[in-house]
Amino acid sequence: MSDKPANQSAADQDVVKDDSMLKQKAMMAAHYDRLTEAPAAGHKVCSTFVPGNLNELLMCFDLVNNLPEINAIQNGLRKLSGDYVKEAERLGHSEDVCTYVKSDIGMMAKGNLSPNGKPLPDPDLLLLSYTGCFTFMKWFELLREQYQCETIMLHTPYQADGKITRNMRDYMVKQLKEDVIPKLEKVSGVKFDIDRLREYLAASAKAEENLVWVLESAKRRPSPIDAYFGGIYYIGPIFGAFRGTEDAIDYYDTLREEVQQRIDNGQGPITPEGDLGEEKYRLVVEGPPNYTSFRDFWKMFYDEGAVVVASSYTKVGGVYDFGFRHDPERPLETLADYCMGVYTNLGLPQRVEMLSTYVEDYEADGLLVNSIKSCNSFSAGQLPILRAVEDRTGKPGAFIETDLVDPRYFSPANVKNRLESYFQMIDQKRAGARPAKAAGGAA
Amino acid sequence: MAKCEEIVARCQALFEDLDFQAVRDWKDAAPGRKAIGYMPIYVPREIVHAAGMLPVGILGGGDQIEVIHGDAYYQSYICRIPRSTIELGLSGRLDFLDGMMFPSICDVIRNLSGMWQLMFPEVYVRYFDVPQNYADSVGGVFYANELAALRHDLEELGGMEITDEALRRSIAIYNENRQLVRRLYQLRAEAPWLVPASEAYLLLRAGMVLPVEDHSALLRDYLAAIELEDRPMRDNCRIVLTGVFCEQPPLPLVKSIELSGCYVVDDDFLLVTRWLTDDVPSEGDPIQNLAAAFLHKSMSTAAKYEPDLHEKGQHLVRAVRETGAEGVIFAAPSFCDPALLDRPMLQRVLADAGIPFIAFKYAENSGQMQPIREQAGTFADSIKLWSEA
Repeated sequence: MSDKPANQSAADQDVVKDDSMLKQKAMMAAHYDRLTEAPAAGHKVCSTFVPGNLNELLMCFDLVNNLPEINAIQNGLRKLSGDYVKEAERLGHSEDVCTYVKSDIGMMAKGNLSPNGKPLPDPDLLLLSYTGCFTFMKWFELLREQYQCETIMLHTPYQADGKITRNMRDYMVKQLKEDVIPKLEKVSGVKFDIDRLREYLAASAKAEENLVWVLESAKRRPSPIDAYFGGIYYIGPIFGAFRGTEDAIDYYDTLREEVQQRIDNGQGPITPEGDLGEEKYRLVVEGPPNYTSFRDFWKMFYDEGAVVVASSYTKVGGVYDFGFRHDPERPLETLADYCMGVYTNLGLPQRVEMLSTYVEDYEADGLLVNSIKSCNSFSAGQLPILRAVEDRTGKPGAFIETDLVDPRYFSPANVKNRLESYFQMIDQKRAGARPAKAAGGAA
Repeated sequence: MAKCEEIVARCQALFEDLDFQAVRDWKDAAPGRKAIGYMPIYVPREIVHAAGMLPVGILGGGDQIEVIHGDAYYQSYICRIPRSTIELGLSGRLDFLDGMMFPSICDVIRNLSGMWQLMFPEVYVRYFDVPQNYADSVGGVFYANELAALRHDLEELGGMEITDEALRRSIAIYNENRQLVRRLYQLRAEAPWLVPASEAYLLLRAGMVLPVEDHSALLRDYLAAIELEDRPMRDNCRIVLTGVFCEQPPLPLVKSIELSGCYVVDDDFLLVTRWLTDDVPSEGDPIQNLAAAFLHKSMSTAAKYEPDLHEKGQHLVRAVRETGAEGVIFAAPSFCDPALLDRPMLQRVLADAGIPFIAFKYAENSGQMQPIREQAGTFADSIKLWSEA
């Protein structure tokens, strides 16, 4: 097991990587080292979730952030999650439920090893940011049973009607003031300093500005980025343990410079095999990716010249491209608004609106849904969303099914088949549109 | 006085009627009447009642409906209740509803609220968020404001004010209904051979479509009629059935458990009828009273956060102890995240308490009951063997 990182490094040598990717890799490695060394260094560890994560707040208490979803993704990419999922099922967890949870439970049962090969420490605190996913609540009840540590519930109301009401915001701010912050003080032994929070929030906003610039660069033709497969790298620092840090600011400065360079050079996105050639298809993708065959999955797109120009998954840890930025002037309110605004906390009509806007603003050929077996928060309702976006935009949609970290639910032949059919459908749509366009050329 | 058999037959007819004729008749009886649907597991029906409207439990299509359109809206790995509920909607069977409420129970029901907004834009849709923070000053204030917002919406929909007095009256009426349900459950725990689980289920199910006053009368009639029944006590074991709080178990499944030698002495059927575990004060501020009851006197279930690690699952241990049950049957709908994710934790609590259990899955349209009978029968036999040892 301990030789895995070395093997991974060997495999990585075949892959073309930008400086920003290498920088992120170093940041992640340093973070995992900090995590595994936390007990020896006298640092306290807080486990929490990506959507609705309060990284800036945790930093105020010198807590090291551990994100079980990121661990599950790492295990998916390193092809360990399949065994972990099966281990959890052997321990009595149903085959029907979320594989992120089972990957985490299985990892704990098999030594809880971090990507650096060292055991992850037991958390001192579970911050249950109950945002946009019901499973989170059960997941941390399960972890609480294991670790028997302080657990904080931060309940984020759902934007069913497409808006944040005063009652919703007040409720969240009160939870932060009366429950979350006092418990963070108690566990960490650090007194809350709101000015420290403001500093981190200001740093977050700087990084967010550059992230949005990068994501919106995909409106260009050719798009200099892939906003799904590449986008997953781009969101890494800001969705993970680095929002509010100088590292994140540096990372997004570097990333922006790289993307600007690609724009200046007229280049398309970088892929694991180098630059994408001709941009043939522009897609919007709804839903998370598959991580167990991430590179094979990506290849099915770039081999066909398909670029994802916008995706909902890159909004799951925060929606920034419609104007929201963390605001140091309203520190607790902005944390509340952030949590309530993450993609999976939005109502279905909002999701339809957002995806339709993406198809139109990014001049996409259509919407592709990658339906994830594990994630009902994303998946339940994706079929009517697909139809509604098709109706709104007049662009064809398509549907594939995989899973996040359970390799049993990734069927390459099936996915490839469906993608090829979809690309043909887009071709036919274009061919059908040409005479009409020519006929209507005067208009 | 109606006999048990007649009362149960009436309930069975209501249960089987997927056109909801009883609700349609209620609406037709006076102009301007409105009906508000709600899904499991809990909504404050008192507010709907105080608005002069009929709250109607919508619990999927069960095993009687062929899902034709609904499957096109859901992937294969999503549970069945939303697809059959969509089927009910698309087939016009719910066209009498003026509104639909979707409690915050899981992501599937949450997202169904958005689907309803997209598919039935003419219907009032409310996702009913309930607090997972139980402090009066935090979750209590949030919840009271949510209740007030619901009250305001229903006032607009109904075109009439919902007065505090009307709310207090509705609270008192529902208190009486809950008392009767509790009496039914108490009687069943004491003498389960008198009140089969299938009958208890049908009696509660009738309360999903009848006005609460009529349902209370029906319960009173049943409780009186059952006294006159001569039903033999069998050598069955006593079990608590759990996990059936959302997607409904097919009635043959409930009967199969009993036929296999298990008396069901407690369950989580139709929790809306018993969610509030004590009377809600019918004096004072009705919204505050409903909020306080939710926070401090409501049942435990998988959709509700348990802030105390040591309290997790204890509701099940208490249910076993208080009803004299000898074991627990976990019956969860396939792909039900709340029930299935909760199950390992509850099973560990039961194991620590020395309470035997078995588990299986079902769908609302499961047709093959032989495996259930065999599993439940084996469980019953093993309990008898253990208790004799």
